[in-house]
Amino acid sequence: KRIKTLATRNLAESAKKGGCGECQTSCQSACKTSCGIANQQCEKSKK
Amino acid sequence: MIHQYKMGGYNIVLDPNSGSVHSVDEVAYDIIGMYENHTPEEITKEIVERYGEKEGVTPEDVAEVLEDIETLKKEGKLFSEDTYRNLAIDFKNRPTVIKAMCLHIAHDCNLACKYCFAGEGEYCGDRSLMSFEVGKQAFDFLIANSGTRKNLEVDFFGGEPLMNFEVVKQLVAYAREQEKIHNKNFRFTLTTNGVLLDEEVMDFANKEMYNVVLSLDGRKETNDRMRVSRNGKGSYDLIVPKFKEMVKRRGDKEYYIRGTYTHYNTDFTKDILHMADLGFTKLAMEPVVASPDAPYALKEEDLPTLFDQYEKLAAEMVRREKNGKGFTFFHYMIDLEGGPCIAKRIAGCGVGTEYVAVTPWGDLYPCHQFVGDENYLLGNVFDGITNEEVRSRFKMCNIYTRPQCNDCFARLYCSGGCSANSYHATGSIEGIYELGCKLHRKRVECAIMMKVALAE
Repeated sequence: KRIKTLATRNLAESAKKGGCGECQTSCQSACKTSCGIANQQCEKSKK
Repeated sequence: MIHQYKMGGYNIVLDPNSGSVHSVDEVAYDIIGMYENHTPEEITKEIVERYGEKEGVTPEDVAEVLEDIETLKKEGKLFSEDTYRNLAIDFKNRPTVIKAMCLHIAHDCNLACKYCFAGEGEYCGDRSLMSFEVGKQAFDFLIANSGTRKNLEVDFFGGEPLMNFEVVKQLVAYAREQEKIHNKNFRFTLTTNGVLLDEEVMDFANKEMYNVVLSLDGRKETNDRMRVSRNGKGSYDLIVPKFKEMVKRRGDKEYYIRGTYTHYNTDFTKDILHMADLGFTKLAMEPVVASPDAPYALKEEDLPTLFDQYEKLAAEMVRREKNGKGFTFFHYMIDLEGGPCIAKRIAGCGVGTEYVAVTPWGDLYPCHQFVGDENYLLGNVFDGITNEEVRSRFKMCNIYTRPQCNDCFARLYCSGGCSANSYHATGSIEGIYELGCKLHRKRVECAIMMKVALAE
């Protein structure tokens, strides 16, 4: 009633699978000067 | 660890280790805040005293929330443990593959932006353009060191890369040949100040560039204060029409209109909204990287204003999104369901390991911000990485080797921050850039508030 949980990727689950390494590095997108790792997308989740 | 904050009329609880986000009412917010350090009896007494009379909260209501908290704990969505430390240790032992390259195709520039960390594009050295031979060798080096990675990223960077456009075209053609032979996929980015954008460049970029980053600081007076030609003339009137045409032709492909804000425009939200009002919908605005004694450097006393600006930006973006006039802002783009895996969040940007910068003459550095600092010369594209000591240090830069990150809720959003910023602020790549951390935490809070607001 009082707690609404948003749908999120479970990070602990992703730890079990390991990374594929195919995603973009954040420095190649927009920032170049301040890290925005979480602003990236998982390559496998891209539409 | 959890993180609780209130913003935009929402009570938000983050569970950083699982990535879970909860939007709660006042009663649940207070109960969660007391949960770890009080008994259920103490919580019930306190909450009923606080809310019983004015909101009719009963002991049964409190018990229900406590039960919900227990359920979320069991599901690993609240008060979850950090179980990832061993992953970071594992990185040290892995063979390193390189998958991204910042190609300094030109150490020369047709602008003389006052805050440029590259010193008017020359990186405190001589003006220089990369030859096709050096660029070709850089691509061969990248392919040879990329292991099984299929996606290889190259950013044409400078200086101003369009001052060496013929070589850019030759290198893209070479990469397209090589990717077929080696089963790779080159994804190119072009970062440009726009001065040399013409029809030929636009058509080429829209065909070959996965992303283009177009530099503009916002309002004319903001942009023209810092982004000037060699004779001191502002660039706004020259580049804005070109950027509009470029973006129009680009269709739905990736681009960013990317600005820098400084001590001179701490009201930077006005600059972002100006860019949105020009019709640009994919925006980025970064705090300036500068020596602390530079007059345009951001200062600790700017922080309250900057925090307020980030909150105003988030609120306005929510309003525009709900009215069908939304735009994106790089640091507010958090994909809660499709964001990076934990391995990426611990590995970070890959500086010096997965990601290298190449000078016009082929030297390798950990990233563009280290170029010219001989202490961080990694090797060159002909001989490969010869300075394993430096590479090993970067391999072990992560949230677990930075004690300041231990209790920070944002550490899996920033991955420990930018090593170059830390180096320039503290003299060590293993440290943190505290002002940058404070700004990043605020941006994460704003981005998640927007998610909560738009999920209603």
